Amino acid sequence: MAKSHIKMTVNGKAVEELVEPRTLLIHFLREQLSLTGPHIGCETSHCGACTVDLDGKSVKSCTMFAVQADGADIRTIEGMANADGTLHALQEGFREMHGLQCGFCTPGMILRAYRLLQENKNPSEEEIRYGISGNLCRCTGYQNIVKAIQYAAAKIAGVPFQEAAE
Amino acid sequence: MIPGSFSYHRPTSVQEAVGLLTKLGDDGRALAGGHSLIPMMKLRLATPANLVDLAGIADLKGIRADGNDIVIGAMTTQHDVIGSDLLGTKIPILRETSLQVADPQVRYVGTLGGNVANGDPGNDMPAVMLCLNATYHVTGKGGERRIAAREFYQGAYFTALEAGDVLTAVRIPVPAAGHGSAYEKLKRKIGDYATAAAAVVLTMSGGKVASCSIGLTNVAETPLWAEEAAKILTGSTLDAATVKKAVAAAEAITAPATDARGPAHYRTKMAGVMLARALARAKAKARG
Repeated sequence: MAKSHIKMTVNGKAVEELVEPRTLLIHFLREQLSLTGPHIGCETSHCGACTVDLDGKSVKSCTMFAVQADGADIRTIEGMANADGTLHALQEGFREMHGLQCGFCTPGMILRAYRLLQENKNPSEEEIRYGISGNLCRCTGYQNIVKAIQYAAAKIAGVPFQEAAE
Repeated sequence: MIPGSFSYHRPTSVQEAVGLLTKLGDDGRALAGGHSLIPMMKLRLATPANLVDLAGIADLKGIRADGNDIVIGAMTTQHDVIGSDLLGTKIPILRETSLQVADPQVRYVGTLGGNVANGDPGNDMPAVMLCLNATYHVTGKGGERRIAAREFYQGAYFTALEAGDVLTAVRIPVPAAGHGSAYEKLKRKIGDYATAAAAVVLTMSGGKVASCSIGLTNVAETPLWAEEAAKILTGSTLDAATVKKAVAAAEAITAPATDARGPAHYRTKMAGVMLARALARAKAKARG
């Protein structure tokens, strides 16, 4: 099968590659660009571990061909830290609030939460839970994931984070 | 899971897409959002030799009013449907249904056209389209034609679409101002297809049902339009006895499969429960 020539921006860098049309975006990112932050979990569009940000949308990169992403602007967990190397507010929130246990779902959770906070700067707990409903945490650590996202929302807004009473 | 090899085409006009799909025949498939097709390709349940990606066709996007209808381009995503103030005001059942389709990531990419054209009885939008009496715009080798949603579904994955056809838009007559609507979906978890679901659009006048339309999801090989049940309800106050009769009429037309979502008789009963809930909620929202 003839390969297709694709161009895109990944984490701010221009990328030009040849791909087989059947190459899934997750395989392209991991194997061709060596960006192994996006994880392969279920491979059936359920778990969200492969979530990346693509042209302002949260996308499951296991359910898209790399050729469909031709011309796109993509961000993965590798592109989340600030330019000076400090952590993004979401990364900091996941660390401070213990938002990860095994860490497998974390890159997808953070990329999904990134888009959620772009669209809704101050989400309620319910909105966060609904917003991350396409991401599964097999450690079932949702409580602290929600707190981590609330921490990040507060940090981005420049207000002190107050943990809700349990 | 890696799909079989295929050639990728990205036409920029409907005409070009129809030309390609006509020429390719059984070797070609249209690709919309891909969130039904790509999983099937990964399982090798679908092995098209050619994919014709509709994403590059600008004409297939957008939501516009046209007289008393709203026309939604086939490549409009569920996320776009949710974000549309026009639809939220005029046909709120669409936003309500889109919010129950899969999960946020899928809704950013999955399209309305793909959802209705695929013919999967598990998809939520087809029953809503039967309920709303939508019409599908289809372009094929003979030009454009329109097919009523109520005539479109023939069996699981079998529709009125023929080789070379592209479903380009969905046309929906705007329900009367003051109507009430609801989509009630029973599912095991977020992202699941319905165990059973019911769509209701009704109008009330003087405390009685003036008009009523009902669609049912995933309780037969095709979405169902429950015409008899709606007739029973029309003219009633939605009193318990009449609702019970209508629910029985709706249950009678179901023929669900026994599967992981439950045995057939359970799914039939759940269709009835979803209908009763949707009726109550639609009535509460209706004026008149």
